[in-house]
Amino acid sequence: MEDIFERVKKIIVDQLDVEEEKVTMEASFIDDLEADSLDVVELVMELEDEFDMEIADDEAEKIQTVGDAVNYINSNQ
Amino acid sequence: MLTDQVALVTGASRGIGREIALELARHGAHVAVNYAGSKEKAESVVQEIESLGRKAIAIQADVKDEQSVKTMVKKVTDTFNRLDILVNNAGITKDNLIMRMKEKDFTDVIDTNLKGVFLCTKAVARTMMKQRSGRIINMASIVGVTGNPGQANYVAAKAGVIGLTKTTAKELASRNILVNAVAPGFITTDMTAVLTDEQKEDMLKLIPLTKLGQPEHIAKVVRFLASDDASYITGQVIHVDGGMVM
Ligand SMILES: NC(=O)c1ccc[n+]([C@@H]2O[C@H](COP(=O)([O-])OP(=O)(O)OC[C@H]3O[C@@H](n4cnc5c(N)ncnc54)[C@H](OP(=O)(O)O)[C@@H]3O)[C@@H](O)[C@H]2O)c1
Repeated sequence: MEDIFERVKKIIVDQLDVEEEKVTMEASFIDDLEADSLDVVELVMELEDEFDMEIADDEAEKIQTVGDAVNYINSNQ
Repeated sequence: MLTDQVALVTGASRGIGREIALELARHGAHVAVNYAGSKEKAESVVQEIESLGRKAIAIQADVKDEQSVKTMVKKVTDTFNRLDILVNNAGITKDNLIMRMKEKDFTDVIDTNLKGVFLCTKAVARTMMKQRSGRIINMASIVGVTGNPGQANYVAAKAGVIGLTKTTAKELASRNILVNAVAPGFITTDMTAVLTDEQKEDMLKLIPLTKLGQPEHIAKVVRFLASDDASYITGQVIHVDGGMVM
């Protein structure tokens, strides 16, 4: 879980160009990390590549915070 | 020039799509030639492109089928490792007066000409977003702007393509993906070969430039929209119709 968080964090920092400290489990991509909806789509694409998985559109829609992403990956890997 | 760019042209076995595929290749692009049923015709387009010194593959796929479209796009990116230009050209007609039009003829045309554009656009967007560049060029029609008796299904689809073009342009602009439509007037292809000489004569009277259009007229505009010269144009509908609709 910790490892997944670190890998997710790195992608978010690269993709959204935000400071590392801001990337907490509770942080919402749109409200806290200044992402727009297309950024979130793109982020999910990056996560799919990093973790070699496919996230269906209706699952992807539920991923709104860093924690949502980490938990999804953790339970679907 | 489009040197070493990779293009996917749907419905490229015949008519306008074939000419677009060749025109892009003449200007340096490698091309994936999509077709529905005309395998041999698609393969001859591939050969012609290869004789120009570019790479090409023929891919059978039904644009109205999501899985088929996904497989096609994956084949393009697996083969060429990128995808710069999508030309949504595949299209059909099933004309009849509304009073005589069967529901199936309506949905078939909407599914091929409109849903097909959506499915192909969705399937290439990922690669283009990652590349932070891409061009999508959709084949509309001037009748999508004016309406045309006997073509309720086709006109609805083409008007839909124009709306889809503008929305896609707005959604993807921030990722440097430019999306435009070309609206041909009357172009000499199999699609229009079914019209009688009398109908063609009547059509000519409506064309200020006094001649029917050829696939090259469309292909050259598509090539321009795919090129660097068009880097500040997005969300537009370019009429290529000899002045029929102004
Ligand atoms: N000709 C005109 O005057 C005119 C005017 C305005 C707009 N347009 C538009 O321009 C585009 C090309 O027209 P055209 O005159 O060149 O038509 P065409 O000569 O009839 O060729 C149609 C092409 O689309 C392909 N196709 C049809 N259904 C398909 C499907 N479900 N999946 C994949 N490919 C499919 C065909 O493949 P197969 O060979 O395998 O069947 C063929 O390559 C169309 O979108 C049309 O609406 C044409």
